Amino acid sequence: MAKKKFVVGCFDTEDTLFPAVKKVRMAGYKIHDVYTPFPVHGLDHAMGLRETSLHTAGFIYGITGTTTAVSCISWIFTKDWPLNIGGKPHFALPAWIPICFELTVLFAAVGMVLTFCYLCQLAPFVKKHHFHARATDDLFVMVIETTDKTNVDDLKAFLANSGAVETDVQVAEPGWWLGRYDREQELIRETAVAH
Amino acid sequence: MASIKTQFEVPAKMKTWSLGLIILGAIAVIAGLVTKGMSKDEHEQAVFWGTLMYNSIFFTLICNASMFFICVTTLAWGGWQTSFRRVPEAISTLVMILGPITLLILVYVAAIGHNHHIYHWLDKNVMETDPILKGKVGFLNLNFYLVWSVLTIGLWMLLGARMRKLSSEADSEMSLEQGKSYIWRNTVNAALFIVWFALTVGSTVPWLWMMSIDAHWYSTMYSWYTFASSFVSGMSLIALFVIYLKNKGYLEYTNEEHLHDIGKFMFAFSVFWTYLWFSQYMLIWYANIPEETVYFKHRVQGPYKGIFFLNLIINFIAPLLILIKRSAKRNYTLVTFMAVLIIFGHWIDFYQMVMGSVSKEHVTLGWLDFGTAALFIGLIIYFTGNALAKKPLIPKYHPFLKESIIHHT
Repeated sequence: MAKKKFVVGCFDTEDTLFPAVKKVRMAGYKIHDVYTPFPVHGLDHAMGLRETSLHTAGFIYGITGTTTAVSCISWIFTKDWPLNIGGKPHFALPAWIPICFELTVLFAAVGMVLTFCYLCQLAPFVKKHHFHARATDDLFVMVIETTDKTNVDDLKAFLANSGAVETDVQVAEPGWWLGRYDREQELIRETAVAH
Repeated sequence: MASIKTQFEVPAKMKTWSLGLIILGAIAVIAGLVTKGMSKDEHEQAVFWGTLMYNSIFFTLICNASMFFICVTTLAWGGWQTSFRRVPEAISTLVMILGPITLLILVYVAAIGHNHHIYHWLDKNVMETDPILKGKVGFLNLNFYLVWSVLTIGLWMLLGARMRKLSSEADSEMSLEQGKSYIWRNTVNAALFIVWFALTVGSTVPWLWMMSIDAHWYSTMYSWYTFASSFVSGMSLIALFVIYLKNKGYLEYTNEEHLHDIGKFMFAFSVFWTYLWFSQYMLIWYANIPEETVYFKHRVQGPYKGIFFLNLIINFIAPLLILIKRSAKRNYTLVTFMAVLIIFGHWIDFYQMVMGSVSKEHVTLGWLDFGTAALFIGLIIYFTGNALAKKPLIPKYHPFLKESIIHHT
C-alpha cells in the first residue's frame, strides 16, 4: 500500500485531548486515529466513530450455533440413530436445551473473538506503524491524515494551539504488513521524518 | 439547579385514573366476595381467596423489589441510580400499605378461614397420618406460618422505612465527613435489608406462602424463581414510573444512559428467570418421579397448558428478542411496552403458580382476577404518586449525584 503523510499531535491529558478532537473535526481535518494509553470513555463519540457491528455479528454466530445444535441432535436422535433413553420421546427437547445453549455460547464467543481480531487487525506477525512509543505509556496521540492541499505547518501550529505538547509529521504506511517487531531494527520510528 | 423541576405535583389525571382503578377493583372484589367468597361451595371460596392471595403477594413483592434494587446498588456502591433513586423509594413505600393487606389475607386464609382447600396442611388429621407431611410438620404449621409472616412483612416495612428516612438526609447540605458517614450508614442499613430479604424472599417465604399449597410437592428452585419473577417486574415498574416522570418533564438528570441500565436489568433477569424456570422443569421432566411431576401434570398437560406456555413466550422469548439490542433498551417507547408486557407476564406466572394448584380442573382467569389486579395497580399508582410528591425528586446533596449525572454506559 502506498504510504501517506500524517501530522501527529501528542497531548498530556484527556482534558486537553477532548476539546482538541472537537476543534480538529470542526476545522474539517480528517482524524486517522487517536492512540491512548487506556480506553477513554466517550472518545468514540467525540471522534464521530460509528457504532460497532460486532454485536450483530455475535447474534448471527449465536443463532448459527443454536441451529447447528438443534438440527444435528434432532437428526441423530430421530432419524439416524434413535435410541430409547429412559423411555423419553426421541425428540426430547428439554434434554437438548443445555447443549443448544452451550453451542450458542461457543459459536458466539469464538466467532466474536475472531471477528474482533479481524476488525482490529490483530494476528501473529501482523505489524503496524506506531506513531509514538509513549502512546502505550502516558501520551494521547492524535494522528491526522493530510491531503495535497493541507498546509502542514499551519496544521502543526493549529495542534500546538489546541494544547498539543508535541507535534510531528510522519510519512507512514496506514495499513498493516507482515513482519516481526523483534526482528526489525527501527522499532518505532522507521519512517522518514518529512522535514 | 434553579431551572430544574425537583418537586413532583400529582397531576389530576393520575389521581382520577388511579382512583377509578381502585373503585373498579373494589367493586370487583366485593362482587367476588359475595358470589364466590361467601358461597357454600368450598372450591368457590378457595378460588376467591386464592385470587386475592396471588395478587396481593405479587404486587407486594414487586414493590418490595424496589427497595431491594436500592439496597443492592447501594451495597455495590453504584452511583448511577442516584438521579432517579427517589422513584424506587416512592414505589417501596407501597410495602407499608400492601404489606398489611397481604398479611390480613394470609392470616384470614390460614387462621380464620382454615381453608384446607388452599392449604392442605392446615388439616391436623392429614398431618398426623400422611407420612410425607409428617416430616414437614416443623415447617408447615399454623404457628410458624403466622409468626414468620408477621416477622417477614414487619421487618420489610421497618428496614425499608429506615432506608427511606436515611435518604432524606441527602436533601440538606453535608460536609465531606458527613457524606462519608452518610454512605457508611446507608451501606449498613442496605446490608441489613438484604440479609432479611435473602432469608424471606430468597428462601422461606415463597415456600411458605405459595409452594405449600402443593403440600406434598417441593422444589428448591421455587423461591429463587419467585424472586426472579418479582425482581424483573419490579425493575419494569421502576422503568414505567421513570419514563412517566420524564414525559412530565421531571428527572432532567436521568436520560437514556440510565434507562439503558434499567433495561439491562429487565433483560438479564428475564433470562435469569428462564434459567430457573428451565432448571426446575427439566430436572423434574427428566427424573419423571410421580411425587415431583404432580406439580406439572395439570400445568403442562391439563387445562393450564395454554397459560403455562404463554408465560414462557411473554417472559422469555419476547424480552430476549426485543430487548437484546442496545438501541431497544434506550428507546422509551419500546421499554414502556416491554415493561408492561413483563409485568403482565409475571402476573400471569403468579396466577398459574397459585391458581394452578388451587383450581386444578378449571382455569379461573376472569373478571375477578383482572378486577383484583386493577385494585392493586390503582393503589400502586395512587400512593406512589403521593409518595413522589412528598420529597424532592432529586437528592440534591447525595455524594454520588455527580456520578449519576455523568453516567455513561
